[in-house]
Amino acid sequence: MTQLALVIDLNVCVGCHACVTSCKEWNTSGSAGPLCDENPYGLNPTGTFFNRVQTFEIGQYPNSETLHFPKSCLHCEDPPCVPVCPTGASYKRKEDGIVLVDYDKCIGCKYCTWACPYGAREIDEKAKVMKKCTLCVDRIYDQSLAEIDRKPSCVKACPTSARLFGDIHDPESEVSQAIRENGGYALMPEWGTHPANHYLPRRKTKLKIHQDELERADNPLKVEGHLPKPAKDASSMDDASAW
Amino acid sequence: MKPAFSVIFLTTLIGAAQGLFLALFTHQSYALFGLLPMQSDEFYGYGSALSLLLLGGGLFAAVFHLGKPIYMITRAWRGILQWRTSWMSRELIALPAFMGIVFLFGASHLAGFRPVLLTLPSGQPIDLSFVLGVVGTLLAFALFVCTAMIYACLRFLREWNSPLTVINYILMGGSSGFILAAFYSASAAPDQADFFAGWAIIITVLAFAGRAASLVRNARLKPKSTMQTAIGVKHPYIVQRSMGAMGGTFNTREYFHGKSAAFLRTIKPAFLVTAFVLPLALLAFGLFSPALLGVAFVLQYIGLLAERWFFFAQANHPQNLYYQTIG
Repeated sequence: MTQLALVIDLNVCVGCHACVTSCKEWNTSGSAGPLCDENPYGLNPTGTFFNRVQTFEIGQYPNSETLHFPKSCLHCEDPPCVPVCPTGASYKRKEDGIVLVDYDKCIGCKYCTWACPYGAREIDEKAKVMKKCTLCVDRIYDQSLAEIDRKPSCVKACPTSARLFGDIHDPESEVSQAIRENGGYALMPEWGTHPANHYLPRRKTKLKIHQDELERADNPLKVEGHLPKPAKDASSMDDASAW
Repeated sequence: MKPAFSVIFLTTLIGAAQGLFLALFTHQSYALFGLLPMQSDEFYGYGSALSLLLLGGGLFAAVFHLGKPIYMITRAWRGILQWRTSWMSRELIALPAFMGIVFLFGASHLAGFRPVLLTLPSGQPIDLSFVLGVVGTLLAFALFVCTAMIYACLRFLREWNSPLTVINYILMGGSSGFILAAFYSASAAPDQADFFAGWAIIITVLAFAGRAASLVRNARLKPKSTMQTAIGVKHPYIVQRSMGAMGGTFNTREYFHGKSAAFLRTIKPAFLVTAFVLPLALLAFGLFSPALLGVAFVLQYIGLLAERWFFFAQANHPQNLYYQTIG
């Protein structure tokens, strides 16, 4: 069984919001109709987005760091939003695990948003139906696009390649390897929702040098015959031949 | 959570209606076994009509919970399809079914169409209205359970995720309905008012205890989700600097009641007094002065509106962790 998902590398994300604007552009232009925007240039702009980049400060100055955190529907393997829907408008596709909303069946009761611990769903205040990330289902299977373009539009837009897309049930896929080898984790594991989307943690490359590595104890160029071994500051063949 | 007035009115109105129906049928059952004098068909019939009126009011309120009221006609029928998994779907089945039975129960009394279906070995005739009453009683409880389970089944909303939610919906609806029955009977069958008022006092005391127990439970809850599990970073000090939106979003509007902590602190004792303490006092005096029973019902209904508002407002959704700082 296939479970498509995004893997987001927090080590690489720079918080540029390119995925947000690209997502909005693609999904407001599709056959499902626009994603509403109210007061877009006013004091309090508000609208429906499938994807948002949030920013957190971890630690306290001066020992703090900034974390940019893209957040969209996690396409849970056990999605709590689906069984609560009274009309069946919310469903999880068997063939690829994408959680979708049928906008023609939704009655806008918002019950699914209560059942999602991540706040991944946002109602469209004009259409009055629930909307959410579709993993660009209208794009990833589009045969008229070049194969390289059959990826969610957020993935295509990311300038730092922080977003990976693929089947997390295929152990050899790029996303599965990334999760396995780079410590991929799920959000709020305490609720047992088994999110398909994973995050790769911030990782720091550190070089640890031990004191004994600073001086070469077994330098073959040391003067021979001085046994036991000469002291570290004794003359070596290097010194002898330095003239 | 943001309390939706449509749902507040829906749950309180149908709660009272269910309680009223249960009160009427309890009386009919007592009367069948000769424990109380059987009342006229009009008493049970018009009482059912009153219950049906409240149910209709609740249903009308529910329309405004849909995205667009027109969805009630064009799409709401789909709501009964997912009864296997969705408590809301089950409620959408139980509510009209209960309304239908209340209508038939009232109609069988008012039309005097009560053919005896069987006779108990002890000699009591079981007529059509009694059978409808039994079915209606089962449906009333089913509807209570469905309504409450809509909230109690959401495991992330831990303030609701408790058997107390179901128990309290039953008890508060019952209390409201029995007080209404006491008031109704004070005008329609004054000699029976004590029976309803007596039960109303018992149920109201139980409801008070149940609601107090859930308040105590909720006060001791510790959140399961934290900033650390929300973004998966192990650090005791994490602050959101931006939620990714410059104005409010659906996520900032739907999940927060929008009132101050002081308001929340005020409404809690206020609803405890108006929904439980004052009605109990009025019921006690109402045993001597029927008009007070009407005051008790109206006052308690206002208290229950506040109770329901608080019920929604108190639930803290884990998604709020992601939406703390506009920027």
